[in-house]
Formats: sequence, structure tokens, C-alpha cells
Amino acid sequence: MIQFHLDGRSGVAPYMQLIHQVRQALRLGLLREGDQLPKVKDVAAGLAINPNTVLKAYRELEYEGLVAARPGVGTFVTGTLSGASLAAHGPLRRDLRQWLSRARQAGLDDESIEALFASTFRSAAEEDIA
Amino acid sequence: MTAVVEARGLGKQYHRNWALADCTLSIPAGHVVGLVGPNGAGKTTLLNLATGMLAPTTGAIEVLGARPASGPAQLARVGYLAQDAPVYAGLSVADHLRLGAHLNPGWDGGLARGRIERLGLDPGQKAGSLSGGQRAQLALTLTIAKRPELLILDEPVSSLDPLARREFLQELMEAVADQDLSVVLSSHLISDLERVCDYLIVLVGSRVQVAGPVEELLATHHLLSGPRRDPATLPGGQHVVSASHTDVQTTLLVRTKDPILDPAWTVSEVGLEDLVLAYMSQAAAGGRRRNHLQEVPR
Repeated sequence: MIQFHLDGRSGVAPYMQLIHQVRQALRLGLLREGDQLPKVKDVAAGLAINPNTVLKAYRELEYEGLVAARPGVGTFVTGTLSGASLAAHGPLRRDLRQWLSRARQAGLDDESIEALFASTFRSAAEEDIA
Repeated sequence: MTAVVEARGLGKQYHRNWALADCTLSIPAGHVVGLVGPNGAGKTTLLNLATGMLAPTTGAIEVLGARPASGPAQLARVGYLAQDAPVYAGLSVADHLRLGAHLNPGWDGGLARGRIERLGLDPGQKAGSLSGGQRAQLALTLTIAKRPELLILDEPVSSLDPLARREFLQELMEAVADQDLSVVLSSHLISDLERVCDYLIVLVGSRVQVAGPVEELLATHHLLSGPRRDPATLPGGQHVVSASHTDVQTTLLVRTKDPILDPAWTVSEVGLEDLVLAYMSQAAAGGRRRNHLQEVPR
């Protein structure tokens, strides 16, 4: 079972934060088909948030085909975001670690590394579109 | 669905002062409603009118489709927690539960005992020696165990420390998720309410400034900044909540259902706290202007 958290300062609406966290857990393989999401009541009580916020997040995930509600039982994962790509995570993570240590050796700090990654990511995405 | 609170032209006058004026509201069921405004804005007056402890001077109010406190059945449907969570200092926690059981026809004893146990309160302890947070939790337990359809809470967390505040709101949200419960709670701090409320009423200077579902309020308010401009030249559908100018720039908070099309504006989203503060300062400035005008003839 995953546990939600909320960042009060992020400016992202709480229901979107819950959706992001479920998607993230699906991508990383922390949630798999058949797993149950935390009960609405438990999330509301745990985070001190409105239960309607949790319901809204779960409905949106249901609409995306990632989860399904079983009345009186709970909400369960029915879809996946990682697919066959999960097997590729290991080697990619190794490559990324090597790249990170090269970046550090070259003298880049955390912020420079993030900025370089983000700008490369964006320009690659733009080239794909063009 | 019946509105939980329906007010038309509601007002309450004390001597020459209006504590609440011209209040028209329709709050749908199934929400956690935040009633926000500075101290002395009329929040407690509105809540006391809703519980039937005050009678209106003008207008009318209905709660769950009936006149407030119009009979035992109506009283049983509404739970009320007054400011500072009053309890009987000389009575024990268990005494309070016995009292609750005798005074409320729909009393859920199992629920009350379960909550007291979970909160770790000693049934034999006198309520007067409980901490502020424990006292608030005991009072909340009593109002929830009467199984109301509507729970009215006046400044329930204002006097609590941050941890007690969080624990109180956790218990409240669990009750909302568990039972078919609508809630109206007041606060002078929006940060208390941001996570829990999905409906907001801003009350300043005895008047309702804005009311609606939080999501709708956020979607219809925008912060515009651009070259200096007279707000009077805006399109008709754009209502200016607040405006500030420098010699070259104008910043506006506007409410509109239509998209902002003018390319001169940089449009950004508004957070709930900024939105509420804009209405509060607008009302405060309006009040100062009115006072000023009144003073002129003297």
C-alpha cells in the first residue's frame, strides 16, 4: 500500500498531487495491477483533507483507466504505466548514475545538473515535435 | 437536494449596529464550508442565527429545510460546537458521554466510546484538567456522536497549537468521510481551512463578499498584470476585486467566467489565501471610504 503526502507550498492542487503520486508509483512499479489504493477515509483522516478531494483524484484515475472502484470494498489498480519498460529501468538507472558522477567530476552542482537535464529534455522534446 | 443553509436578506441588528446585513446564501449539502473573515465580521452572528440561538432582525434563514431550533427533531439534526469548545470543568470525560446519551435521541454511544479510547482520553479525568486540544476533541466527539446531518463549528481550531489543530482536523475529516455529514466551520485564518474546505464564504464588515465552491472560485479569479490602465476600461464581464498601480504597471485581481483574451495582460492563477485577502482588503478599504464620506458633513 502506498502512502500519500501533500506539499502545501507547491501550488499544485491537492487532488492533482494525489494523482501524480499514484502515477509515479505505477511508473516505478510500487503499485501493480490488483493492488489496493488507500481508503478514502484513511487518506482524509491521515492528511486532514476533505474526502471529496480524495474522491475526485480517484475518479480522475478511474477515468484514465488506471484504477477501478469496487463499491464497499475499495479502489484497485487495473492499469499500468510502466508496461514492459519497467525491465529497462535498471540499466537506464545505471547509465544515469554514471552520467551524474561524470557531471559532478566536471564540477556541476545540483542546480546546474537539474538545469542541464531540464533544458536538454525540453530541446529534445521540441526536436521530436519538429 | 435541500440546501443545508438558505438565507434570504438575513440581517441582525444590535442597537444601532448591524452585526450581519443583507445576507443571501444557499449552501448545498455535502460540503465542508469555510466561513472566513476578520474578527468582528459577523461570523459568530451568522452561525448563531443558523443554530437558532439568535432570531433575525430582517429576512429569513432555513437550515436543512426548516426554521432553526423549531423543535426537538430539528435540534437533533444539527450539531454545534461553540467557540473555545466549552465543556463542564467539574464533570469527567465519562460524565460528558452520559450527558450526551441522555440529551440526544440519536446518540451513538459506541462511536463516542470508540473515539475517546482512540484519542487516549481517560474516562475518569475531569474535563477541567484536559489540555486545550483534548478539550476540543472531547467537544467534537459529543457533537459527532449525536449523529447530526449538519455540524456547525465556531472557530474550532483558532486557539489550538499546530499539532492539536492538525489532529482535530484529521478527526473531523474522518467523520466527514464516515458519515453523511455537512460541515460549516468559521475561522479568521484561511490557512486553517485550505485543505479541508471545498466551499468558501468570505464575510467582512457584516456582509458576504463572495461565496461558492472553492474550485469554482479558483477557476474564475485571475491575476492580471500589464501596462498601466484604467480598470474602468475592462470588458463588461470582468469584475475587479483589487487593483494596484505603479507609474507604468497595473495589477488586477478580476473575477470573470470568460477567458482573458487581451494579449496585453500576463495572466496568472490565484491561490485561495490571496483571493480571500483581496476580498478582505477591498471590503476594509470600502469601509474606510464610507466612514470618510460620513464624516464630511460634520
